[in-house]
Amino acid sequence: MTFEQLVFYFLASVAVIAAGLVITVRNPVRAALFLILTFFTVAVIWLLLEAEFLAIVLVLVYVGAVMVLFLFVVMMLDIDTDQLREGFAEYLPIGATVAVIILLQLVIVFSFGPFDLEQMPAPAAAAVDYSNTHQLGLLLYTYYVYPFELAAVLLLLAMVAAIALSLRGRLSAKRQRPDAQVRVRKEDRLRIVKMNAEKQD
Amino acid sequence: MPEWILYLLDFLPDWDWLHVLLIALIKVVAIFIPLVVAVAYLPYAERKIIGYMQIRIGPNRVGPRGWLQPIADALKLILKEIIVPTKSNKYLFILAPILAMGPAIAVWSVIPFTDTLVLADINAGLLFVLAVSSIGVYGIIIAGWASNSKYAFLSAMRASAQIVSYELAMGFALVTVLMAAGSLNLREIVLAQSGGLTNWYLWPLFPMFMVYFISGVAETNRAPFDVAEGESEIVAGFHVEYSGMTFAVFFLAEYANMILIATLTSLMFLGGWMSPFGAASDIIILGDGIHWLLLKTSFLLFFFLWFRATFPRYRYDQIMRLGWKVFLPLTIFWIVFMGVMMFLTPWGYLFH
Repeated sequence: MTFEQLVFYFLASVAVIAAGLVITVRNPVRAALFLILTFFTVAVIWLLLEAEFLAIVLVLVYVGAVMVLFLFVVMMLDIDTDQLREGFAEYLPIGATVAVIILLQLVIVFSFGPFDLEQMPAPAAAAVDYSNTHQLGLLLYTYYVYPFELAAVLLLLAMVAAIALSLRGRLSAKRQRPDAQVRVRKEDRLRIVKMNAEKQD
Repeated sequence: MPEWILYLLDFLPDWDWLHVLLIALIKVVAIFIPLVVAVAYLPYAERKIIGYMQIRIGPNRVGPRGWLQPIADALKLILKEIIVPTKSNKYLFILAPILAMGPAIAVWSVIPFTDTLVLADINAGLLFVLAVSSIGVYGIIIAGWASNSKYAFLSAMRASAQIVSYELAMGFALVTVLMAAGSLNLREIVLAQSGGLTNWYLWPLFPMFMVYFISGVAETNRAPFDVAEGESEIVAGFHVEYSGMTFAVFFLAEYANMILIATLTSLMFLGGWMSPFGAASDIIILGDGIHWLLLKTSFLLFFFLWFRATFPRYRYDQIMRLGWKVFLPLTIFWIVFMGVMMFLTPWGYLFH
């Protein structure tokens, strides 16, 4: 067994166990943490496949940003997991059927389809100075520039919409105006009164 | 690598990967031990420097001029009991400081100390730094939640919102650096600044240097952005409930992150190990070398301590305003401005 195989089996088992725990642990915060562990191990598996840019971006975006917001929400809300678990037995047969069908499809595709090892052998290892960040950048900004820009505009639209939704508060709400605060001079706030001392009786 | 270590490795069974692993492990220890010593002595430096700034002496009881103070502190923290609050989440409570410390150390694996002295010279080094340091926020969130204390939880919310917000400005500031250098590899970014003081990215990217460094101070929750552990409002912040070694690990992680930010700033903007006099100088100490990196890092760390002695604490909404409404638009504008300058005007050479 080579070192890569050893690492792969270790990571794969961690990923599978963590993914299983995401849906079986009772505490929602722990479930979110196991989801983070799953993302992280999958990112390391991608590193083994020499996809270092995608692996690092997975950690940066999903582990570093998206899951932080997830955790925020899960911690702030008081989620009653018992309520969520009601009707588990009711949905079990349908869920199991869907799972079996998906598993069968995967087995069929991978054993008879074009993903056979003979038709699609493992690609040769890339050269030492090969940078897939560079290659991805070149493709994204030349060949796929329109789809890329479209996706960016869509995301921007979603962001603007989310911010617009949060702006429906009272119009009379008092807000700070930092520019006005900075522009304040001493004369606007302070009046020095000169007065003679008065005699106390 | 000394000869005798390689000689010893020859006796091991013929597993290639074990050699690689052992050599990597030795290198890790060689980076880790100086880092821990630096992290132990930075609080001492902080207490001394702030002491002198406030016209007092600072720690001077343990050892000559207080030099053994960090060792005494460490011994005290190790011997103290680790108190786990009742009804807290025990595993997560212990896991949190480890999660805070891990990324703070892991990032050092890609930091180049000189042209050849680097543990892992990977081609996406800058991205790796951003990704791994973004994991550090989990230590804080989990600490706040697992403590089962309102103060700790409030502070964890404050701290993680602050870290997530300033990460954006930091990331965008680094985009300008990689636009100028044309590479994500930290070693190549430093090499692109070779040729003396005038070639450092400090000058063409000066606003980004300011944004990066100030965001770095906010990112590490240091004064004047230390609302997360504002003593006057929420006692000690997310680590109120921690004692002994678990507290010490949070403390060490904060200082390791400070050193990391200072080192990254000197690599990105101050030319790393490059000498300010250029490579032409004959005297060996004035040429390129690790001492320049250490000197620049120490200089920036002094700024961290200086800020703390000088500025009063920011109000929380003002921190958020600075991050989202000042730094973020500024960095985005600068990226567009720089792109236009580099490719559409004859002044592009200024940024190379």
